[in-house]
Amino acid sequence: MKQLTERERMAKRLPTYRIRDFDEVELGFTEDQAIREASRDIRFCKASCMLGCPVGVNIPGMLRLVAEGKYEEAYRQLIKKSPFPAITGRVCPQERQCEMFCVLAKAGKPISIGAIERFVGDWALANNVKEEATIKPNGLKVAVVGSGPASIVVASDLARLGYSIDMFEESHMAGGVLVYGIPEFRLPKEIVRKEVQRLKDLGVNIRLGVPVGTAITVGELAMEYDAVFLGVGAGHPKFLNVPGENLLNVYTANEFLTRANLMKGYKFPEYDTPLHVGKRVAVIGAGNTAMDSVRTAKRLGAEEAIVVYRRSREEMPARAEEVLNAEEEGIKFEFLLEPIELLSNDKRMVSGIKLMKMKIIESSNGERRAVVPTGDTTQLDVDTVITAVGFNPNPSLKIGTNGLDTDDMGRIKVDGQGRTSLKGVYAGGDIVTGEGTVIEAMGWGRRASTAINEDLSVR
Amino acid sequence: MKRQLVSGVKEIIIFAPMVSRAAKAGQFVTIMTDEKGERVPMTLVDWSATEGWIKIVISEVGLTTLKLGSKEVGETLYYLAGPFGNPVSELNSSTIVLVGGGVGVPAIYPIARSLSRNNRVISIIGYKNANSILYEREIGEVSDEVIIATDDGSKGQKGFTSDALRGLLDSGRNVDAVWAIGPAMMMKACSEVTKPYAIKTFASLNSITVCGSGMCGACRVSVGGKTKYTCMDGPEFDAHEVNWDELILRLGAYKEEEKRALGRYILRSAN
Repeated sequence: MKQLTERERMAKRLPTYRIRDFDEVELGFTEDQAIREASRDIRFCKASCMLGCPVGVNIPGMLRLVAEGKYEEAYRQLIKKSPFPAITGRVCPQERQCEMFCVLAKAGKPISIGAIERFVGDWALANNVKEEATIKPNGLKVAVVGSGPASIVVASDLARLGYSIDMFEESHMAGGVLVYGIPEFRLPKEIVRKEVQRLKDLGVNIRLGVPVGTAITVGELAMEYDAVFLGVGAGHPKFLNVPGENLLNVYTANEFLTRANLMKGYKFPEYDTPLHVGKRVAVIGAGNTAMDSVRTAKRLGAEEAIVVYRRSREEMPARAEEVLNAEEEGIKFEFLLEPIELLSNDKRMVSGIKLMKMKIIESSNGERRAVVPTGDTTQLDVDTVITAVGFNPNPSLKIGTNGLDTDDMGRIKVDGQGRTSLKGVYAGGDIVTGEGTVIEAMGWGRRASTAINEDLSVR
Repeated sequence: MKRQLVSGVKEIIIFAPMVSRAAKAGQFVTIMTDEKGERVPMTLVDWSATEGWIKIVISEVGLTTLKLGSKEVGETLYYLAGPFGNPVSELNSSTIVLVGGGVGVPAIYPIARSLSRNNRVISIIGYKNANSILYEREIGEVSDEVIIATDDGSKGQKGFTSDALRGLLDSGRNVDAVWAIGPAMMMKACSEVTKPYAIKTFASLNSITVCGSGMCGACRVSVGGKTKYTCMDGPEFDAHEVNWDELILRLGAYKEEEKRALGRYILRSAN
């Protein structure tokens, strides 16, 4: 593989401009780029990429159709497995999935599958491609709880098969983490809105403002519907559990992002929800939520926005592309530091973080690197702290529901196909796995919709 | 339906059958007046599962409550969800004192109604003066005894509700449990009154809330030294375990912004 062609790169807005607004950073492939990339060095293709796709997209098929300029066909084939390519093309960690398995990855030049998927998804939205199939109602009713990635896959799969779907969402906007968590500059809300509209076009009835658990129990839904799918995610933030975490100007990432994204706090006072962003902002953690938070803080006027992570660069769980984007935007990274106390000024506002210096030791069997405290501490002066140290499963569903088995972390127990301990009740996504990516949740949604259809067909 | 109780305080009835079918005393709803509005928690004051309505009482002191108060009968809200939070604790065959202050008095109505079925309920309701009294009749209907306190003594006992509570306990009345619901300062004062008597005391907290459903942690409070979510773990907590100063501090976190947003709204409404 000596004469490999270089990868096509998506155009990006310049960092100096993009940190001043919330418009999208990456601009997507042009048609020429998409065709060139889809056919680049195709003679080496071994279709190994599919091994890395949680929903089993026929990626080589998509590449061939794009290379031939048959975008609508590519789209129709794609959505059979991945119903929301404009979303997954933007948020999947492709470097750890399809692109990692590409034969060209060994040479550091995997096909940019994510960017091509995004191109196909955007093309379909721009050209208003509609559902082809006419849906024949089958007379069966399914309740889908939550409206995030896992739930929208279940709803769209089953609606196409003729099921009548009621989707219950407690918030004022459908989309779950896609609307409250992931910021506009990474996933424009207009795209989520259009994809949700496609769900409605399929006949899915979305009922906003209904907290399942307290307004209606899972048990009640199970009596009223032929099947129930629980896809409520893991959005219950973990705390640092260090002194000072309830000081003023200390946010969980979810509160910060909800205020900024969902409530459009960055437009205060045009929008009513305020939020505080100081001059020096520290974000604790290094996952995608941390990257979203730190880049949001930068856009909201932080002079210095710093990621503080207890492990090293190699262990950062965030999508590689977003770490790169963050670095381009001037985000600073501090590694091997763990917060042990949040310090305050005389107004009980956070003024700094006391940090334990950590070090990495190779474990004896060499399997996993452990991070341990060195005993030395240091201090970082900041005026805003955002904690992005993970989530617990949402505990609200258990209310009034007997017999729904969960593990000691509160995750709903399921078999390999998403069947819970309650007959007719299925679950998938983060409420089952704890924490995963958008596409992993969609994979669970696919498994559950398959199981629901099988179980109800043999009944 | 909308009714003015006293100046600046309105009772609003909203058609919300999904909420009323499941509502229980002590729970709340989350409301957005419009697409640009804040998400604000409101205590459920009353409801009818058969007729599908819920009732809230608002005091027009902030941006959202002013916007809510300006809604005309027949208008709709952008968003309303609930019920959220845990219902009030159950007790039997006990003597219970419920303390409510000012515009917080309606919030004790559903709790008094629920607890008075199996308990003796003494309600202490406090106001600034005789002109600001509201919900006196309603509270009377669901209480065995009502004690009124006004700051200036223009009706009932002179002093704060916490003074009336102390008077009651000092008089030797046997009280098994106390609920205090109202401004944080009032709840804190009541909690301090009952502590030496070691009487079980509950407070329903009103921390700043964004999601209302355990997703954001804005409403977090320290109870017994642990961080808790008001929305999921509460809103009712053991008042003696609550870190009141932290709650009061966090309630004031957006004072400046609230003033600014309110000023902007009043100015725009006037033009």
